[in-house]
Amino acid sequence: MIEPTTEQEIAQAVRDAAGPLSIRGGGTRGMAPASGEVFSLARVSGISLYEPGALTIVAGAGTPMSEIDAALQSEGQMLPFEPMDHRVLLGTSGEPTIGGVVGANVSGPRRLRAGGCRDSLIGVRFVDGRGEVLKNGGRVMKNVTGYDLVKLMSGSYGTLGVLSEVSFKLLPKPDATGVLTLTGLPLADGIAAMSAALGSPYEVTGAAMTPAKGDAESIVRLRLEGFESSVSYRGEQLKKTLAQFGTADFALGGEDDWRAVRDVEAFASKTCVWRLAIKASDVPAMLEDGIWPKFPCDALLDWGGGLVWIGCDDAELGKIAQDPVAAGALLHTHLQDHMKTIGGHATLLKAPDALKVRVPVFQPEAAPLAALANGLRTQFDPRGILNPGVMG
Amino acid sequence: MEMPTPNPRILALKSRLVQRLREVLPHDAVIDDEMQTRVYECDALTAYKCPPLCAVLPSSTEEVSAVLKICHQEGVPVVPRGSGTSLAGGALPTADSVILGVARLNDVIETDYDNRFIKVQTGRTNLSVTGAVESDGFFYAPDPSSQLACAIAGNIAMNSGGAHCLKYGVTTNNLLGVTMVTMDGTVIEIGGAHMDSAGYDWLGLICGSEGQLGVVTEATLRILPKPEGARPVLIGYKSAEIAGACVSDIIKAGVLPVAIEYMDRKVIEVVESYAKAGYPDCEALLIVEVEGSPAEIDEQLGLIKQIAAKHDPVELREAKDAEEAGRIWLGRKSAFGAMGQINDYMCLDGTIPVSSLPYVLRRIGELSEEFGLEVGNVFHAGDGNMHPLILFDANKPGDLETSEEMGAEILKLCVEVGGCLTGEHGVGIEKRDLMNVQFAPGDLEIQMRVKDVFDPAWLLNPAKVFPLESSASRRMQADAAA
Repeated sequence: MIEPTTEQEIAQAVRDAAGPLSIRGGGTRGMAPASGEVFSLARVSGISLYEPGALTIVAGAGTPMSEIDAALQSEGQMLPFEPMDHRVLLGTSGEPTIGGVVGANVSGPRRLRAGGCRDSLIGVRFVDGRGEVLKNGGRVMKNVTGYDLVKLMSGSYGTLGVLSEVSFKLLPKPDATGVLTLTGLPLADGIAAMSAALGSPYEVTGAAMTPAKGDAESIVRLRLEGFESSVSYRGEQLKKTLAQFGTADFALGGEDDWRAVRDVEAFASKTCVWRLAIKASDVPAMLEDGIWPKFPCDALLDWGGGLVWIGCDDAELGKIAQDPVAAGALLHTHLQDHMKTIGGHATLLKAPDALKVRVPVFQPEAAPLAALANGLRTQFDPRGILNPGVMG
Repeated sequence: MEMPTPNPRILALKSRLVQRLREVLPHDAVIDDEMQTRVYECDALTAYKCPPLCAVLPSSTEEVSAVLKICHQEGVPVVPRGSGTSLAGGALPTADSVILGVARLNDVIETDYDNRFIKVQTGRTNLSVTGAVESDGFFYAPDPSSQLACAIAGNIAMNSGGAHCLKYGVTTNNLLGVTMVTMDGTVIEIGGAHMDSAGYDWLGLICGSEGQLGVVTEATLRILPKPEGARPVLIGYKSAEIAGACVSDIIKAGVLPVAIEYMDRKVIEVVESYAKAGYPDCEALLIVEVEGSPAEIDEQLGLIKQIAAKHDPVELREAKDAEEAGRIWLGRKSAFGAMGQINDYMCLDGTIPVSSLPYVLRRIGELSEEFGLEVGNVFHAGDGNMHPLILFDANKPGDLETSEEMGAEILKLCVEVGGCLTGEHGVGIEKRDLMNVQFAPGDLEIQMRVKDVFDPAWLLNPAKVFPLESSASRRMQADAAA
């Protein structure tokens, strides 16, 4: 295992590398390839700058999320995009790092209002596949100086460079949280209710739905954040806006429910889990006409329906096909084919290794984009040693 | 500002090129008459002018593709142009280039309130995007000062911002999908109505690439429900330091205003004489605006006023209604026009960490003395995006050059304190040769390698963004191969 402690050591280690590297932060997100020499950034750690008055933080890529969260908590601030912790869903252990958040562009429920990881990331330092130390962006909120490689690095899964340092803009942590719930709505009505809420001026910062299953009724959750009086006011207003969907309950609090939504805790026991980005109004047809008649599985909706989690446990896979890997592959192909038709993308997030090696984990890109992606990888990593195979 | 010498091979090609372009475009969409090409000789950086070889005004993605294919085959540089409002020379032609204007691409393709997006052709102006949805209670958030005229294509190329980006972000945070044509004519679809496009963050890369990676013909943009209301408070202070401390305290207190605007004495005096907004006589003026219901606005403004009062303001004036709000904004909104009435000016837009505000303002004052040119400061204080206006006399020999030298010093100062050369206007030609101040050679090389992937022949807007000597070998090699 290679475990550099500084940016210079990262650069030296990349230059010295004789073969593929498996780059990881805390190893909790299942991003790094199984083969290749383990290249851990856990020791490139620490907050190098935190200016609460400028809403800015800069930290080493290996800095634990717990350290970042604690520092921000003490000043009543937060990362706006509410990054998911993958440990419960994936059954992994270890310490999630800020570099891993960037590598996988990890966001949570607040993404629909405050943007994703890539929207709050304002600067990166990284080492490319040649072993050269590079920077882009910086520590200021508005920056259009040169190409935006900051966003390119976010969600590039370590295939374009090894992150050494990342900078973020922050938000004040809301004083209060409130949740409006609607139960028993059919899927299409639940999505329509979330759309109506998100189209209102009441600044909904979370919109999630658990569809009905068996005896369990569906539940729609809408989150409001801010000063307490304002949250209560907007809760009451939103109730009126949504009157056609039934009587909504409003209560202050509910932070734990949002952690569960963020971390997809309900799918911890699933064998296979997919993550779909989709146009919300396309979801009812996709699930009710396309998936459920053929593939027994559960779905969870976030981002007002724009993010769909699909999960299958062993029993459900068994109903699709005798061999669970073959069953997973069938559903996987169905999802990616459907996304290709309607626009959107499906990623296989959790699965037995046998399935992950059999199918394209990420949604395959159209030929011209795939050619550009290859071109970029060749420019950033001419030897093809940075997490090879992860993104094609 | 130096531009590359026109290539005689390309100049000699003109008649054949025009003929080929006319084969794929309507007759009036190819402009080659020397009187008419002058319309495209500059953008809003009017100090630099050069008519292009010809200009084309395609009306569809297919026509854009056909034009680019021809120019690619002939090895002719193409300069994409939105509405020509760039302050950085982003759309400045060279004599051997074809201007590709998107002005005829101005349709709304789809409006979807359930999923909160609008899909438009990119020649459409920024304000008319909001215009298409505002009667239904929605708006498009990025609001550059030029929003009446500027095109979405240019907004995407420069990743334009605006006064309200503290809360809503800039163009890149509001862009969901694009149709883009690369230099060889390939049409690429990226993203769409969903959030987070697949694979690498192509949208993030294209947004702000100054028209060097492709021509964006259609865009899917996020639209937002209009807030219930908005109201500003005006706060005057005795010094820049105190105003800076107040901004920092407001942010730390957990209020997130939609805008925090700053004006210094010079700007206050000029807008007072021009717009008569009734601004107080002081060194530093802040306009802080918040949104929400009347009660929510009262609560937030109450907190802001408390913080402001601790810093002993010269004046603290809260807008009670729309008319008073309008009066508070009047001066700020007319600031650039007012400054233009009294002087020629050069507007910079370096960004700095908010904590460096007092130091940077003091140093700008010293530079003003040193170079003998007056400076007015008006800017977005919440995000540190400065807008120093250097006043000069275009008719006085040497004054433009002196203002450029002074501008360069101010931008170096922004970088020195941890900031950047440009926060929302873009590099264009204006800041091209200062890129070495902010970036090491390797940082620029990796960006140029990105362009190599999209446009290996370096034909799209080639003499921009990168210092001429840094891009020279690529531009020349490309021509040798053509």
